[in-house]
Amino acid sequence: MIETTSQADISLEALRTGDHAEFARLVDAYSAPIYRLGLRMLGNEQDAEDVLQNTFLSALTHLSNFEGRSSVLTWLYRIAVNESLMVMRRGKSEVNVDDTESSDETIEDLSPSQFVDWGALPEDELLSAEGKQALDHAIQKLPENLRMVFLLRDIQELSIKDTAEALGLTESNVKVRLLRARLSLREQLSIYYGERINQEKTND
Amino acid sequence: MTESTHSNCKSLLGSLSDYVDGELGAELCREIEKHIAECDDCRIVVDTTRKTVDLVHASNHPQAGLPDEVRDRLFKRLNLADYLKPPAQ
Ligand SMILES: [Zn+2]
Repeated sequence: MIETTSQADISLEALRTGDHAEFARLVDAYSAPIYRLGLRMLGNEQDAEDVLQNTFLSALTHLSNFEGRSSVLTWLYRIAVNESLMVMRRGKSEVNVDDTESSDETIEDLSPSQFVDWGALPEDELLSAEGKQALDHAIQKLPENLRMVFLLRDIQELSIKDTAEALGLTESNVKVRLLRARLSLREQLSIYYGERINQEKTND
Repeated sequence: MTESTHSNCKSLLGSLSDYVDGELGAELCREIEKHIAECDDCRIVVDTTRKTVDLVHASNHPQAGLPDEVRDRLFKRLNLADYLKPPAQ
């Protein structure tokens, strides 16, 4: 395993002049987060590896267009998001990403329906293997346009600003989608933990 | 729970993300805290949303590195095989 190095010491100038050693350093610095994003987006290692390779191939080709207004990592995320979308749409006759687009800008229909107070459950129960699986499953069930925002912001831990840049969205749009994603996960986890709490009560 | 209290439930939702991220201004924070002291449903929504985000962060660490064989294939695909030796630590 190669550890991700700090991002400060990659020289853009060297990259632009075609310095292979510097590009290799860039790859080692950022390949792990890009691969993890692909895994989360696509759910399998083969597709994640395709996204990883295509992202850096594309970066190599388009380095001269990179203006340095965002960080290199944000720029790479932007490429990786587009590559992931292409893989997702591969073999799909119909693209249905935009289904929820119209309701994106509002939070009108977001009223919570689950009021189970599971927040006080012990950590080891919340973070059990089964609990983590429930969380992963809930993330996979998010609509694609919400999942992208959620993965960049809450999994890759980008700022709102960088998430907006990587996805070509406004910051307010990112915030609305993030809220929708989080509330959707909260509902699903509430159902999951609500069942566990009920089971414990009947077992008593 | 009074009528006027309950009409705040919806507006609380709009500030929820900023609130759990600690990015909400002090005055709005006070409004939320005042509301959830009186409205149990919203208190639960705030608590469990915060917990949801905490769980996501906790389940996300430690972060896995790139598997060696994936790195090998990536470097070869990029014609960087000469640089495959592990980077100096
Ligand atoms: Zn309320």
